[in-house]
Amino acid sequence: MSDITKQSLTELVENVKNKKLSSTDVTKAFIDRSEKSEELNAYITNNFTSALDKAKKFDQKPNLDLKLPGIPMAVKDLFCTKNIKTTAGSKILNNFVPTYESTVTENIWNEGAILLGKLNCDEFAMGSSNETSFFGNVQSPIDKNLVPGGSSGGSASAVAGQLTPVTIGTDTGGSIRQPASFTGIVGLKPTYGSCSRYGIVAFASSLDQAGPMAQNVKDCALLHEVISSYDPKDSTSIDFKRNHYSKELTNNIKGKKIGIPKEYRVDGMPKEIEDLWKKGIQYIKDCGAETVDISLPNTSYALPAYYIVAPAEASSNLARYDGVKYGFRAKGKNLIDMYEKTRSEGFGAEVQRRIMIGTYVLSSGYYDAYYLKAQKVRKLIKNDFDEAYKKVDAILTPSTPSSAFKIGEKTNDPVSMYLNDIFTVPVNLAGLPGISIPAGHDSKGYPLGLQIIGKAFDEQNILNIAYAMEEKINFKNKITDWWIK
Amino acid sequence: MSIDLKTIKHISKLARISVDEKRAEKLAGDLNSIFDFIEKLNELKTDNVEPLTSIAETTLKLRSDEVKSKNIREQIIKNSPQDNEDYFVVPKVIE
Amino acid sequence: MSKKNSEYLINRKDNQYEVVIGLEVHAQVLSESKLFSTSATKFGAEPNTQVSLVDAAFPGMLPVINEFCVKQAIKTGIGLNARINKRSVFDRKNYFYADLPQGYQISQFKNPIVGEGKVILDMPNGQKEVGIERLHLEQDAGKSIHDLDPQNTFVDLNRSGVALMEIVSKPDLRSPDEVNVYIKKLRSIMRYLGTCDGNMQEGSLRADVNVSVRPKGSKEFGTRCEIKNVNSIKFMQMAIEYEANRQVNLIEEGKTIDQETRLFDTKKNETRSMRSKEDAHDYRYFPDPDLLPLEVSEKFIEELKNDIPELPDDKKKRFIEEFKLSSYEANILVSDIDTSKYFEEVVAKMGKNKDIKLAVNWITGELFAALNSKGLEISQSPVSAKNFAILINLIKNGTISGKIAKTVFELMIDGDKDPQKIVEEKGLKQQSDPKAIEALIDKIISSNREKAIEYKQGKEKLFGFFVGQAMKASGGKANPQLINEILKKKL
Repeated sequence: MSDITKQSLTELVENVKNKKLSSTDVTKAFIDRSEKSEELNAYITNNFTSALDKAKKFDQKPNLDLKLPGIPMAVKDLFCTKNIKTTAGSKILNNFVPTYESTVTENIWNEGAILLGKLNCDEFAMGSSNETSFFGNVQSPIDKNLVPGGSSGGSASAVAGQLTPVTIGTDTGGSIRQPASFTGIVGLKPTYGSCSRYGIVAFASSLDQAGPMAQNVKDCALLHEVISSYDPKDSTSIDFKRNHYSKELTNNIKGKKIGIPKEYRVDGMPKEIEDLWKKGIQYIKDCGAETVDISLPNTSYALPAYYIVAPAEASSNLARYDGVKYGFRAKGKNLIDMYEKTRSEGFGAEVQRRIMIGTYVLSSGYYDAYYLKAQKVRKLIKNDFDEAYKKVDAILTPSTPSSAFKIGEKTNDPVSMYLNDIFTVPVNLAGLPGISIPAGHDSKGYPLGLQIIGKAFDEQNILNIAYAMEEKINFKNKITDWWIK
Repeated sequence: MSIDLKTIKHISKLARISVDEKRAEKLAGDLNSIFDFIEKLNELKTDNVEPLTSIAETTLKLRSDEVKSKNIREQIIKNSPQDNEDYFVVPKVIE
Repeated sequence: MSKKNSEYLINRKDNQYEVVIGLEVHAQVLSESKLFSTSATKFGAEPNTQVSLVDAAFPGMLPVINEFCVKQAIKTGIGLNARINKRSVFDRKNYFYADLPQGYQISQFKNPIVGEGKVILDMPNGQKEVGIERLHLEQDAGKSIHDLDPQNTFVDLNRSGVALMEIVSKPDLRSPDEVNVYIKKLRSIMRYLGTCDGNMQEGSLRADVNVSVRPKGSKEFGTRCEIKNVNSIKFMQMAIEYEANRQVNLIEEGKTIDQETRLFDTKKNETRSMRSKEDAHDYRYFPDPDLLPLEVSEKFIEELKNDIPELPDDKKKRFIEEFKLSSYEANILVSDIDTSKYFEEVVAKMGKNKDIKLAVNWITGELFAALNSKGLEISQSPVSAKNFAILINLIKNGTISGKIAKTVFELMIDGDKDPQKIVEEKGLKQQSDPKAIEALIDKIISSNREKAIEYKQGKEKLFGFFVGQAMKASGGKANPQLINEILKKKL
C-alpha cells in the first residue's frame, strides 16, 4: 500500500485491524520517511531499530483489541522513556537515560503503540520557535527556514511532515497549540489535571499539561482518550470521569453557544488573523451553533502574569540540574564552583534568562509585588472565564497573533517572542482545555489556526466543535516535501 | 524599574549560574525589557483578590504509609557524573 | 502556677544579664515510609539504599504525601495543646546543597499544619509554661560526608525526604536547665504519642537554638544568634552557656551582636560563626505547585483526638490522686512512657492488697540502680513487671524481709526468675514462727548473760546488739518484728 505516511491515525488503526497493513509495514514507512527527513531536525534520538523489532514482534502475535495496535509514534523529548535517552532539548541532560517511563507514554505503549524516537523541542520547553534546543532548531515542513513554532516544534514538524502519524507534546503557555497552528495540524491542551505529569520533565508545574497533536480532530480525540488518566503518582492529577472521546465524537453542535471575546482583538493584529476569526465565526454559524459576544476583561494581564509564574516555578524546578545526580557536570574547584559552571555551561541562554527572572521575582522583598500579584491576576483571569461560561459553552479565538515567522527573526527580542503566546497563555493560567485547529492560510500560504477554549473537563465539547468546524473548513495542508532530496 | 549589574550578579549567585561581565550586561538589558512589560500588572488593583493557590480545584490526596520503593541504588547512581558505587561524589564543600 | 524559678543570670561587675532562649526542634516522624515518597526510613541502612527516584529528584518525579505523617503531626499538635489548622500549605524553600537533591526543601512556611500551643515544665521551684509558636511538616535532607576523601564530599540520600516535624517554641526559656526539661518534656509527649522515638543519638531529635541576652529586668529582646543543628541536650546546654557569655562579653565591651547563624564545635566547646555563605540566605519560599493545599476535616481531627493516649500531665495528676504519690514521685514515673507502663503493670499485678509506696521506692531505687549499672532501658528490664510485683508482695506480706528481698532481687536481675521460687529454692523464707524465734532468743540471752544484765540496768543501746545476734543466728531470715517483740518480753 502506497502513501502509508499520508494516512491518518484512524485509517492506520483500521487498516492494521483489518489486516490490510501490518505493524511492520506502517513502522517501516514512517522510519523510511523519517530517515529521509533529517533536514527537518525533528528527532533528537531515533529508536528505529528497536521500533522495527517491536513491530515484527507485534505482527507475530498481534493484539488487535488495542486502541493503537502496533502503531509507531515519536514523542516530544520531554517525556521520560525507560532506557532511552531523554534530554528535554538541553545539554544538561545530554547523556541522561531514565530508568522509568512517564505515565502518559506508558498509557500509549499499553495500547500497543511503538516508540519511533524522541522529538526535538525548545530547551526545557522554553520557547515559541524551537530555536532554543541544544540540538539545533527545527525546520518547518511548510517552508524552508520557517520556524515550526515551539516548544513542541519537533512534534509539530514530525506530524505535519508525516514522520509520525500522531504525537504528544506538552503545553505550558501554548507549546502545543502554537506550533500546531504554525504547521497546519490539530493540537489539544487538555484541562490541567487531565493527563498525568509523572515522568515529564517539568517546566512550570502549575501550567504544564501533556496533550495530543494530530492531522485531524478524530485522531486527536483518539490519542487524548489514550493519554488522559487519573494517576495517584501525580498529586495534581484529577479523578474525574473520562469520556471515550473518539467514540463519542459528533459533529452535531446545534444550539451550542460560542463566545467571541472582544479583548482578543488586540492592537496591531494582522488583518489576515482578523479575517480568519470572522471566517471561524461564520463556520460556527454554518454548523448550527450560535455566537455570543463576551468579555474577558483581564486578558491583557495574562501574559505579564505568565512571565512571572512560569519562570518562578521553572527557577525552582530546574534547581535539580546541578551536576550531582545525573546529566552534565562541569569541572569545578569546589561544590559551588562546580554548580555555577555546570549550570552556566549546561543551560542555554533562554533557560538562563527565565531562571534569572524566576529567581528575581521570588527573591526577598519582591515576592508580594510579583509572584503574589501574578497569582491574584490568575484568579481574576479564571473568574473571567467562569463568568463567561455562565453564558456560553465554549470560546473561539485565533490561536496566534500571526503566522509562522522565519528562523532567527525574533531571537534577539525576547518580548516580541513572548507575545506569540498572547492568545494561548490565558488558557494555561486558568487550567482550561484548548484546541487549535487549522483554519486557513495567510498570503504566503502559511497555515493559520483557530482556538476553541472549553470549560474545565469539557474536552468532549471542544473536540466536537472542532470536529464540526473541521468539516466545514476542509483545510488542506500544503506540504511540498521541500526537504526531501 | 531598572535591574542593574549588581542585581544580576546577586540573582546569578542565588541561581548558581556563573555569568561573566558581558553576559551580565546582556541579561540586564533583556530583563529590563521583560520587566517593563511585566510592570503592566501594576495598573491592576488586586488588594481584595484572593491569590490562586492551585489551579486544580481539589484537595491533596493522601497515600498510605507503605514502603514500595526498594533498594534501587544501582539505578539511582548509574546516571551520576561521579560516584563510587555507594555514594554520589561531589567536589569538596568548602565551609 | 508559680513563676519564680531559681534565676539563671550572667553576672558581670555592675550588670546582670538574663538569657532568652527559643528552640526549633526537629523531630523525625515515626513512619515506615518517607513524607513524599515510598522509600523506607530505617536508621543505619547502607548508603543510598533507601532512596527512590523521587528522593533523588529525578526529572519528572513528583511528591505524593504520606497520610500517616499528617496524622502524626496532628497528634503531636494535640499533645502540645495546640490549634490544628484545617488548611495548610506546603512551600518550597530554595537553596543549593549537595545533599538537597531537589534544590529545594518542601516545608511549610506561611500556613503550618499546627498553630500555637503550650507545654508545662516541672521545674524544681514549680511549674513553668512554655509557648509553642507552631509545628510544621518538612523533608529532611541527605547527608554529606566530608572525611572519607581528601578532594571530594560523598553524599548519602537515605535520609533525604524523611518526614520531620519542626516544633518552634516561643522565646520563653531562660536557662540551660529549662532547655533540658523542655526537650525532655517534648520527647516524653512524643514518645507517649508514638509520633517520634526521640532518639538523639540517631538524630531523630535535634534542635536549632536561638539565644539572646538582655539586662535583667529589660523588656526588650536582644539580638539573637541561631546555633544550628545541636543533637544532644548536653551540647545544647553547653552551647547556650558559651553563647550567652560571648554575647554578654560583646555588650560589656560596648560592641554589637550580629544576628547570625552559628555552629557549636563540640570539641572546642565554643560556638562560631558559619562563614556566611557568600550571599545572605534568600530561600525564595513559594507554594509548591506540585502539591495542593492540605485540607483536613473536623472529623479527621476528632478521630485522632479520640486516639490520643493519656499523656504525661494527665497521668501525673492521676497518679497523685489515685496512688497518693508525691508530685516528685509521680514526675519520675511519668516522664518516660516505658517507666510509666512498667509501673502501671506492677500496680496491676500486685493485686488487691498492694503497697504502692513500696513499689515506687523499689522501682526508683533498686530497679533504676540495677538498670543503670547494666546500661539498660526499663523496656529491656530483665525483671518483668509481673515478677517485680510478686517480689513487692512478698515483702508486703512478710514472707521476706526487705534485706532478703535485695538478695532475691539480685538473683532476679540475672534472669527473670520467679522470686517466689528463688525464696523457696534458697530457703530464704522469713522465719515467722514465734516458738522457733523464742528458742533462738533464749539461746542468745543465755550465752550473753552479762550483756543482758547491763541492758536491764539501763544500757538500752544493747538492744540492737541482741537484734543483730538474733538475725545473724537465723541467717537473716527471722521476722525482725517478731524478734523485737520477743526480745522485749524476754529481756
